[in-house]
Amino acid sequence: MPTEPVEATASNERRNWLSILAKANPAEVAAAWDALSAPPAYSALRAPETGLVLVRGRMGGAGDAFNMGEMTVTRAAVRLESGETGIGYVAGRDRRHAELAAAVDAMMQAPALRPAVEGAVVAKLARAQAARRDTAARKAAATKVDFFTMVRTRGPQ
Amino acid sequence: MAYVSVKGGEKAITHAHQWLAEDRRGDPGVSELEVAQVREQLSLAVDRVMSEGSCYDRDLAALAIKQARGDLPEAIFLLRAYRTTLPRFGASLPVETEAMAVRRRVSAAFKDIPGGQVLGPTFDYTHRLLDFALAAEGGVAPEPAPQAEEPQAYPMPNIASVFRHEDLLEHDVRADEPAEPYDLTREPMKFPADRDQRLQALARGDEGFLLSLAYSSQRGWGSTHPLCGEIRLGEVAVEFVPDELGFAIEIGEITLTECTMLSGFAGSAERPPQYTRGYGLTFGHCERKAMSMAIVDRALRHREVGEQADAPVQDEEFVLYHSDNVEASGFVQHLKLPHYVDFQADLQLIRRLRKEHGERRAALKEAAE
Repeated sequence: MPTEPVEATASNERRNWLSILAKANPAEVAAAWDALSAPPAYSALRAPETGLVLVRGRMGGAGDAFNMGEMTVTRAAVRLESGETGIGYVAGRDRRHAELAAAVDAMMQAPALRPAVEGAVVAKLARAQAARRDTAARKAAATKVDFFTMVRTRGPQ
Repeated sequence: MAYVSVKGGEKAITHAHQWLAEDRRGDPGVSELEVAQVREQLSLAVDRVMSEGSCYDRDLAALAIKQARGDLPEAIFLLRAYRTTLPRFGASLPVETEAMAVRRRVSAAFKDIPGGQVLGPTFDYTHRLLDFALAAEGGVAPEPAPQAEEPQAYPMPNIASVFRHEDLLEHDVRADEPAEPYDLTREPMKFPADRDQRLQALARGDEGFLLSLAYSSQRGWGSTHPLCGEIRLGEVAVEFVPDELGFAIEIGEITLTECTMLSGFAGSAERPPQYTRGYGLTFGHCERKAMSMAIVDRALRHREVGEQADAPVQDEEFVLYHSDNVEASGFVQHLKLPHYVDFQADLQLIRRLRKEHGERRAALKEAAE
């Protein structure tokens, strides 16, 4: 696959914020959006639609793929009044989550609009996710044990 | 002949369903269960319904449990039926469980597994005494669990990667150009089944059925002498390539339980002795199911290691045809639907046979006299 360094960086960046938007709680995304001082108007390119993604695992954990089951996913695409388009693909069935993810995606691609959401939405959501992950990782570490095995002897004789 | 459709009874059916709704609600003096309460406080029931319903959506599974009055196979049926109403956007990239944000990981085989033995939120080591404090009304929220100063480091190496360099454990192989994995939701069961087809069936399979099969194997009916190499529970990101983008994005995080069972293999002319592995993977926290699945997966791989297959757990047709509780429940429970025509036909036949039997006996008796 031919890759251009500039494009690769751009798509990596986009991949990163789309992932953050998808992994955020729908309520957090809505709250961050509602707190924007001047949210831009947008129209639906594709109305939010809920469907399924078939989740694949790896045989043995690291082998070839197998189909383990499906998950619900909602997707949406929007166009800002200024012309930029964005998409949202988010786990679950929350239509507003998908639509707002698409709107933020469009804003992140518009140099004039990006500063309004980069910190107040994307970075904020990323911090909340990192904090949750850190809390779980600390709780997990607090349950770490050292099992010791008893030495079994048959005694003298 | 199966059952034939009957007409009539609409009024009785409506009344029965009204009574069902009333019974579902129970005593109206007791506050109604909210779906969010099921989702948050009966989370392992939710996990089982998502796993065997083969659809990851905590709210839908919780709703199904409420609607089914806590009858989990009925809830699984509801979830399976709902999923058929949704379009499929495509398939994810395979989830990478070694990168899991692990909340629990124990190895019963290898004490010093790198990353350590992390108990996580477990029933293990509880005394299984009823806790009457939970029955008290207006209970206070428990103290948050303690947090270590240093968070658990990720990724946590798994049992297979720990021994990878030594060849003591069999390696997972990947084809250079892997075929699309078998999809039981689009293709019928076929035999002999490959491992991808078997694992999909087991992942959707009934926990009780797989548990009993695994137990039968442990007790000697096709034993694989398993050791629990590793169980891990935690969150993984699901990656998907939307058509509009052409590159993978994470579309969410899901909770998975994974189990690797180890079974000794004495070796063959081609293969040196080593441990073979059985694999279990479920949505949510379904540890009993993941362990059972790993034992059954290994038992069903008898052809690969040249084991004699004479036990039920090694018979893939027996296992795969009977592991799905929606199919099994449907076939057993259809017996309660009207079979009046079958019974009528049977009655006529038996009456005729009895008459003929009586006539023959009478004739014999006459001849003897």
